[in-house]
Amino acid sequence: MPRTDPKPQSTPLNRRSFLIRTGLIGCSVAASPLMTPISFAAAPGENRLVVIILRGAMDGLDVVQPYGDPALAGLRRTLLAGEAAGAIDLDGFFALHPALSGLMPLWQAGELGFAHAVSTPYRDKRSHFDGQDLLEAGTPGLGQVRDGWLNRMLQHLPGAEGRTAYALGHEDMLLLRGAAAVSNWTPEARLRLSPQAERLAGLVMHDDPLFNAALEEALLLSAGEEDVPDMAAAPMMGAAMSGRAEPMGGHLRLAGFAAEQLRGHSRIAAFSLGGWDTHQAQAAGLTRALGRLSETILALRDGLGPVWGQTAVLALTEYGRTARENGTRGTDHGTAGAMLMAGGAVRGGRVTVGAGPNAWPGLAESDLYQRRDLMPVRDVRAHAAWAMRGLFGLERAALEQAVFPGLDMGADPGLLR
Amino acid sequence: MVRFDPVLAEIRFGSGLSPVIAPPASAAQMLAHLQGPDHAADRFAVETFTQYRERVIRVQAAWKVRQTERGSEAATLARKSVNLEKKAARTERLRWLGQQILRRTWTEDALRERLVGFWADHFTAQGKAGMLRWSATPYVEESIRPHVTGRFEDLLVAATTGPLMLHYLDQYRSYGPNSRRAAQQGGADGLNENLAREVLELHTLGVGAPYDQDDVRALALLFTGLSYQPEKGFVFRKPLAEPGVHEVLGVSYGGAKARLQDIRAALRDLAAHPATARHIAQKLAVHFVADAPPPPLVAHLEARFIQTGGDLMQVTAALLEHPAAWEPDLRNVKPPFDYLSSIARALAVPQTRFDALKEGDMARMLRQPLQEMGQPWEAPPGPDGWPEADGHWITPQGLAARLRWAMTWPAMMVPDLPDPRAFVTLALGDRAPEPVRFAAMAAENRAEGVGLILASPAFQRR
Repeated sequence: MPRTDPKPQSTPLNRRSFLIRTGLIGCSVAASPLMTPISFAAAPGENRLVVIILRGAMDGLDVVQPYGDPALAGLRRTLLAGEAAGAIDLDGFFALHPALSGLMPLWQAGELGFAHAVSTPYRDKRSHFDGQDLLEAGTPGLGQVRDGWLNRMLQHLPGAEGRTAYALGHEDMLLLRGAAAVSNWTPEARLRLSPQAERLAGLVMHDDPLFNAALEEALLLSAGEEDVPDMAAAPMMGAAMSGRAEPMGGHLRLAGFAAEQLRGHSRIAAFSLGGWDTHQAQAAGLTRALGRLSETILALRDGLGPVWGQTAVLALTEYGRTARENGTRGTDHGTAGAMLMAGGAVRGGRVTVGAGPNAWPGLAESDLYQRRDLMPVRDVRAHAAWAMRGLFGLERAALEQAVFPGLDMGADPGLLR
Repeated sequence: MVRFDPVLAEIRFGSGLSPVIAPPASAAQMLAHLQGPDHAADRFAVETFTQYRERVIRVQAAWKVRQTERGSEAATLARKSVNLEKKAARTERLRWLGQQILRRTWTEDALRERLVGFWADHFTAQGKAGMLRWSATPYVEESIRPHVTGRFEDLLVAATTGPLMLHYLDQYRSYGPNSRRAAQQGGADGLNENLAREVLELHTLGVGAPYDQDDVRALALLFTGLSYQPEKGFVFRKPLAEPGVHEVLGVSYGGAKARLQDIRAALRDLAAHPATARHIAQKLAVHFVADAPPPPLVAHLEARFIQTGGDLMQVTAALLEHPAAWEPDLRNVKPPFDYLSSIARALAVPQTRFDALKEGDMARMLRQPLQEMGQPWEAPPGPDGWPEADGHWITPQGLAARLRWAMTWPAMMVPDLPDPRAFVTLALGDRAPEPVRFAAMAAENRAEGVGLILASPAFQRR
């Protein structure tokens, strides 16, 4: 049988070219077949929230080093802290790990801050799996809900629709799972079909609304990205330990894609970064992980451009690590850790610890949780709740009952400008 | 009685059409296969949990050496052996993934694989730490697979006492406030309700059923003592068990001495509860027929479950005999593992295809694509297993991953790609829609032609 090509027709390709030319890619809600057009008046405000889950348990004591605490030096034999070890003094008590030095301009501009000695309610068993589930579920205990706190927040956000929040990356993030519609995408999902294959794929899916809509959306999202080497075929390297995070090198594209969406109609993006489980040779491993985090935040800032000023980035981890260094120049699973906040909406330039200046729990053995971990002084969920209250105007009751069931938000830590 | 449609039987109740294996001739033949020997399990073996425990025992022994002879050469060797054991288990897990795809590719008893998949998901368990992280396949092989054509209560007991389940839902070290363990711990609270809650909510009655938090707690108290040991597998640890009478759904279990048989009695009562019949009937109809299944089909399954005391062979027969199960419109979307397996079956991927592959090859070919399609292998989002909703899978991202796989990997799965013009009928039967036939013919090359057929909704739905 002779091979015949279908007649030229209005193809997704043509429409994509049109959208690219007219600059509508990334912000063309009406063009998206999955979305119903929305009223712009109802859009959930102008503020942006990016939540980064740091999978594997980041060592808060090495990232934001309490070098003013006399007990620190005795706990860490090779993991040196403070200015003498190349860290950057923040406020005379805390110093920043040198691998985050690229973020110092943000600190100086008041666009980078930390909350220290924070934790979820998770205690004692110190499993990554359970700790991450609890962090994302946002509940006091495991197994109480099957959705994530960011999705429950969306359910209380007037004007939210399917494009408002993006879960980025290959994983099905518990954080954004739930009844509210969210978008999922990873830059690795980019479709590169020959023009003929693209036309024919449109043809075979045309009569099935579910497939047809997903294909058109995939082609639209793929068209918005630059041509970069195919990372999807490369082996997953970074994901080995904590299981569910992104492959190395993907972080910049995640950040770039997130920024692109957030400049348009999206307001929330969430993704995760791995590589924090530093049981051995922490100096090298943590430097790598922090380098990626730093690049991610700078890529967000650059990509967000004019809306960086309306953005808060929260980087959270499932728990901290042991105060004491272990026998393999690393640290083991602990309890309290640190949270990073960045963005023009953040009131940065300071390290927040609990309710006041004397709230640092201390590192003397008797001050430690179970004589081994930094003692938590504040529920990390309270910080997230206050950030969402400030960004999206949610009622305290909704935050304490629905988003984070059973949470007492306590006093306003003043995280935002 | 409906007219039997062999092609639909393969697509809806199996893993799709094969170019070399004839579809079943009748529903009776499908049921006869299920009652016969489990050839696929013999032909493409995976470890049972009992076999897998040997790995756990070896690692535990090596850990002991590390602890007791710290700093010695023996301790260094032990550390190395632990790492090797972990790597071996990780590699084996991917080999077992290949075996399970081959079972679906080469079986004549295709419904059995689907039933195993359904019940493994119903009783989802995964390893959260240590060597158990790679033991989900052995758990299914030992605790689920032998029971899918037996009685539901036996399946429930097997799954609930499976070591991986006891680990996954934190049962193995839960102890009652009046247990001997609590006395040693100075009365500390050691009760964990996870397994009890999920048994009621997910495994038996269902979330809407009439039970409350008191029932959850009573069942959790009754469950104390269910535990495991690498050397023995399941054990009932009396020191953890809460003595006394526990009332679950109005029935009293137990007495002065905690006994395993009281736990078994409670599980059998839960299995026989009418809410369980309704819950299971609904789930089966959703899984095999449609996200919103026809109510008469659900009622039919429910009635058969009750009449036969949860005889799963009879319930499966009830599914195959109901006209609503044979509506020709294909509705459900195949989840990623089922999708890849049905591609392997349509291509008749050789039995030796995965033999020489290294861990990295298997990861690129199967593990990573499954993750990109939204179904990381043996890592479902929670104890409720994988979602059934078609929209969960056919997202822009999920569909893009399926399209990419369908266009690129088939050429690496078989020595020669079939001619798309013939393959369209092999893969979809005479029901192949006209646009798919056209695309098969109009594609630029063989790989794209085959890929378009495999990416068509007609192939992705069942």
